Amino acid sequence: MYTDLVMDHFSNPRNVGEIEDADGVGQIGNPVCGDVMRISIDVEDDHIADVKFKTFGCGAAVATSSMVTEMVKGKTLGEAADISNKAVAEALGGLPANKMHCSNLAADALHLAIQDYLVKSGREAEVEQILKALPKEHEHSSH
Amino acid sequence: MKSVYFDHAATTPVDRRVLERMLPFFCEDYGNPSELHRLGREARLAVETARSQVAAALGAGDKEIVFTAGGTESDNLALFGYLQRFEPGHFIIGAIEHPAVMEAARALNRLGWAVDFIPVDEYGTIDLDAYEQAFRDDTRLASVMFANNVVGTIQPVAELARIAHEKGAVFHTDAVQAVGSVPIDVQDLGVDMLTISGHKLYGPKGIGALYAKRGTRLTPMIHGGGHERRLRSGTENVPGIVGLGAALEIAVAEMPETKPRLEGMRDRMAAAVIGSVPDTMYLGHPTERLPGNVAFTVRYIEGESMLLQLDTHGYMVSSGSACASGSLEPSHVILALGLGAEEAHGSLRISLGRENTDDEIDGFVDVFPPIVEKLRQMSPLYVKG
Repeated sequence: MYTDLVMDHFSNPRNVGEIEDADGVGQIGNPVCGDVMRISIDVEDDHIADVKFKTFGCGAAVATSSMVTEMVKGKTLGEAADISNKAVAEALGGLPANKMHCSNLAADALHLAIQDYLVKSGREAEVEQILKALPKEHEHSSH
Repeated sequence: MKSVYFDHAATTPVDRRVLERMLPFFCEDYGNPSELHRLGREARLAVETARSQVAAALGAGDKEIVFTAGGTESDNLALFGYLQRFEPGHFIIGAIEHPAVMEAARALNRLGWAVDFIPVDEYGTIDLDAYEQAFRDDTRLASVMFANNVVGTIQPVAELARIAHEKGAVFHTDAVQAVGSVPIDVQDLGVDMLTISGHKLYGPKGIGALYAKRGTRLTPMIHGGGHERRLRSGTENVPGIVGLGAALEIAVAEMPETKPRLEGMRDRMAAAVIGSVPDTMYLGHPTERLPGNVAFTVRYIEGESMLLQLDTHGYMVSSGSACASGSLEPSHVILALGLGAEEAHGSLRISLGRENTDDEIDGFVDVFPPIVEKLRQMSPLYVKG
């Protein structure tokens, strides 16, 4: 049900951990749903200099978190903000349909980390401009 | 890499001795049991021999066994077949039933039947007081599974059947997980109907049976040529029926050896896992449980992740997490034990079978703690204490 690339990222996840005193941290999901993702970033010259993740969740949740950290490293804040959950899933060669809702939130966590960085560094005014579509609080229709 | 199958509650391999008994009925003795010629008569003899094997294994009479296409069909036949003879009234099921009973009950509910779901305690045992109080004047049937597929808890079936009869209702039990694993005698238990599935006891998939005590009147759900005493039309699945009979005969004959051996492995594995991995909790009843069931929940990590990691090491297990179930909802069984969704997401089920060995248990006990540690290191919920 998972592509080889998903299994690779799940079995050998890249950039696991937490950056100490990170410039920005974003967390999304909740344990009741079964998925929590936390992404921390360091920013230099408006580029993502370092990124790490911690994830509680299924294979898809881990793999999307790992993939987004690879996709975003070295990118500008604007480029990072343009990475969507859908793009992460596509980069992994696709996800099973039932994993697209809950387990595919890594880009949202990244965007929250960027927002956190902007707010912390006094650039709140730029949030809307850089992050065109801020993630909404994750909700389940069925809970 | 070696492959270790620890998911016998999902399905079992077909025993090679069973397969040998089935094979002639595909290409050589392929007759239709309804026909009068030699091949037909031979097929009929094979079907009736298997019926006697199944009946003998349960302490039932031959005429009390109806062959079906599996456990789900047997459960549906028990509930619909019995209740649809009446004007809609009331019936009772357990809160941790298999979907085959749960969804059949919901379908009956949509047809106007009132249904009560009886809660279980922290071990998964039916609350006997709540059960007894749930009966009404118009309660026609109670259905409570013999043993739970997720946490392995065995119910006090004889007591449940006795109470149902006192209240004027019939009693059905889905014994799919228990038949062939623990001794079952329908006379001693006093049940009116009991569900069996072939592929849970080293028989083939696509075959099951319903025991229906003499005098239990059922309305057929599948209409046609009037097979199986008009209760289940359709040309008999002769190889499947032969396989079910053979599998059950072997399982019962070998139970004095397999049951204590599985119980020993089960308890050793449970003690080793709970003892070596902090923040784990054993699920189900400590003693009244299936011989091969080890179920536990691991905090701070998610079941599907554990399952996939174990799979890459060659161990095949199951989880009650929402992700593993594909439904986005954690196991209703684990929630019914009073645990939260977070704990349900971290549940793992190991179901041992008769081909498992002590070495395989040791291998699992070695491999599992580092997997948990790796996933916990990755979990934002985990703060190392």
